[in-house]
Amino acid sequence: MLHLIVFSVFGLVCVAGAVNLLVQRHPINSALSLVIVMGSLAVEYLLLGAEFVAAVQVIVYAGAIMVLFVFVIMLLNAGEEERSKGSRVAMLFGVPGMVIGSVLMAWVLVARSGTGNIAVGALPGPPKVIGWLLFHDFLLPFEVTSVLVLIAIMGAVVLASHPGSKQPDKREG
Amino acid sequence: MVPLSYYLVLSGILFACGVTGFLIKRNIIAIFMSIELMLNGVNLSFVAFAAQWHALSGQIFVFFVMVVAAAEAAVGLAIIIAVYRTRETLNVDRVNLLKL
Repeated sequence: MLHLIVFSVFGLVCVAGAVNLLVQRHPINSALSLVIVMGSLAVEYLLLGAEFVAAVQVIVYAGAIMVLFVFVIMLLNAGEEERSKGSRVAMLFGVPGMVIGSVLMAWVLVARSGTGNIAVGALPGPPKVIGWLLFHDFLLPFEVTSVLVLIAIMGAVVLASHPGSKQPDKREG
Repeated sequence: MVPLSYYLVLSGILFACGVTGFLIKRNIIAIFMSIELMLNGVNLSFVAFAAQWHALSGQIFVFFVMVVAAAEAAVGLAIIIAVYRTRETLNVDRVNLLKL
């Protein structure tokens, strides 16, 4: 019972943060509500027993990635979002379609899927086991992602570096 | 005891919120945050299925998704900075030319 209560409370906080992200006009408010979503998702991971995933979620997602977002928002001095006129077809078909689809999906999952219950901490993922799996069974994907991160770092440096003195020469030519 | 379907519904709601934000937001940074929201929704379903089938590979995949999200955020935010430098705006409606 307590499990269900904790799940519901943090699930509601999670959904409220996600909706707040959509409603807020200023990007910094959206970023802070995304931090709330990630924090409450970490609690859901803890309920499932994935303690290491929860820790990494807080450190990497809510820590590093969101700091990057907030940093860019501050750097670019992003202001209020301008409201632009959306298409009427999207309002007529998109919103009802979205609602109907979500309700249908939720109904099928809750009433018809017949999936079992999950106990508190059903599958513990301690760092030792996770690390063993990463460096044995998933060694090749692990190495490939390290190359991916290297390429991403180089790409970010190249893209964000200032054009410098080359820009005027290009325009003249 | 919480049924697996509750976790899946929560992850579906998060993903739907991400898709909606991707479509209705006009600020390019907010669009990026919607993508992160979608990735988070998928991560929750990975962990829930891992607990359901007692397979730790699901939790390993969450790490790979996080790595991809981090790489995507780094490159994407660099692109946003480059776009802002040339166009002086973050509104995606104003960014409609490939070449200035």
